Amino acid sequence: MPVFTISGMILRSLFGRPATRMYPAVRRDDLKGSRGHIEIAIDDCVFCGLCQRKCPTEALAVDRNAKLWEINRLRCISCNCCCEVCPKKCLSMAGGYSAAVSSPAEAEKHHA
Amino acid sequence: MTKRTIIPFGPQHPVLPEPIHLDLVVEDETVVEAIPSIGFIHRGLEKLVEKRDFQEFVYVAERICGICSFIHGMTYCHGVEQLMKIEVPARAHYLRTVWSELSRIHSHLLWLGLTADAFGFESLFMHSWRLREKVLDIIEATTGGRVIFGSCKIGGVRRDIENAELKAIAARLQDYAKEYKELGDVFLNDLTVKRRLCGVGTLSGADALQLGAVGPMLRASGVAQDMRLLKYAAYGEIAFAPITASEGDSYARCAVRIGEIFQSVDIIRQCSEKIPAGAIETKVVGFPDGEFYARTEQPRGEVIYYVKANGTKNLERLRVRTPTFANIPAMLKVMPGIQLADVPVLVLTIDPCISCTER
Repeated sequence: MPVFTISGMILRSLFGRPATRMYPAVRRDDLKGSRGHIEIAIDDCVFCGLCQRKCPTEALAVDRNAKLWEINRLRCISCNCCCEVCPKKCLSMAGGYSAAVSSPAEAEKHHA
Repeated sequence: MTKRTIIPFGPQHPVLPEPIHLDLVVEDETVVEAIPSIGFIHRGLEKLVEKRDFQEFVYVAERICGICSFIHGMTYCHGVEQLMKIEVPARAHYLRTVWSELSRIHSHLLWLGLTADAFGFESLFMHSWRLREKVLDIIEATTGGRVIFGSCKIGGVRRDIENAELKAIAARLQDYAKEYKELGDVFLNDLTVKRRLCGVGTLSGADALQLGAVGPMLRASGVAQDMRLLKYAAYGEIAFAPITASEGDSYARCAVRIGEIFQSVDIIRQCSEKIPAGAIETKVVGFPDGEFYARTEQPRGEVIYYVKANGTKNLERLRVRTPTFANIPAMLKVMPGIQLADVPVLVLTIDPCISCTER
């Protein structure tokens, strides 16, 4: 009966390079096209409000008069829906997490 | 007569990633009966169809489960497309097949790891997940998400994979298959693993059919049933045969899943060779009307989406029957007579996904 059949794998991982990284000192490069968090080029935004209407989790709020674009980072599910519908293509997905927030209700504000 | 005791197992238990509760009636260390209770994480997602637009609901369907998320989204799309008689482009069908199989590989590797953890083989658990991480990288590079793919939509798919990239992925998976072979050999040959899996929870083919077991649980009992044979997506043009085993015990279920990993690698290779050029989506016009049962094969078995629409933007009714729900009766059937220490292994061999089950 075969025993210790995993020895080969164990020895290789014992003397080889580790499979993990020393996060956060060593970070993985973001993969191209990864859906990490939304970024907005606010100067290109025309505040049409389409992203707000299409957002499945109601994470976005757009105020045309105040020229204000808001996002609740904790509601956002990074589904890419807003980026697809944006007529000016000023919304885009970037890799990596969004910055931490101090309260669940707090929205991140972007003024034009 | 030995005194009977009831031991509660779960909902919080070190071996369970998700909450399911079993009342185990034991005589000494032998289980006599198991009484399940589920419903700890019911979220009412089926009811949400009344509030969400039928196209928007794909996002919810994908989030029913965190592991087989793509196939949930795809089955929902398949159901609605059949209702609306939408012709999905062939290339989109192939891409759906590739992503389905990638999710099968990562789900089975996850299961292998969890099972190794359940019988206390920690290093095997970590090596399974090390290999899984490489598949997740492929998934993230092609869809943008690690487990929530978000790439399926009604009428097609959201992203394309270039032919050259698809070929490269198929070639990389062929390389990984050597590592899967090494890992699979440990599960299938090692004495310590066999001691914990062989003869535990033997389910006969007749019982499996009668209790409505699905997926690897059914195939491990010798019944060659696989929903991919229904030829949804591009499976009609791919050569494959369901992988079965005859013993019906935990070891057979493990062997079936390991076999399916290699089968998935082969299906992706075939897709990369046969994929046609063309569009990846069609425009969706109008609203669905009528009812349809969509059936597809998840890593855990057959999932059924019953979709009923009434010509408005919201569906009238959605019912999801997930594979874990179908496998619970079969699991309870084989529970009596096993040792208490084998209960975690047996619960794991149905590949329980409780958040799917309770939706």
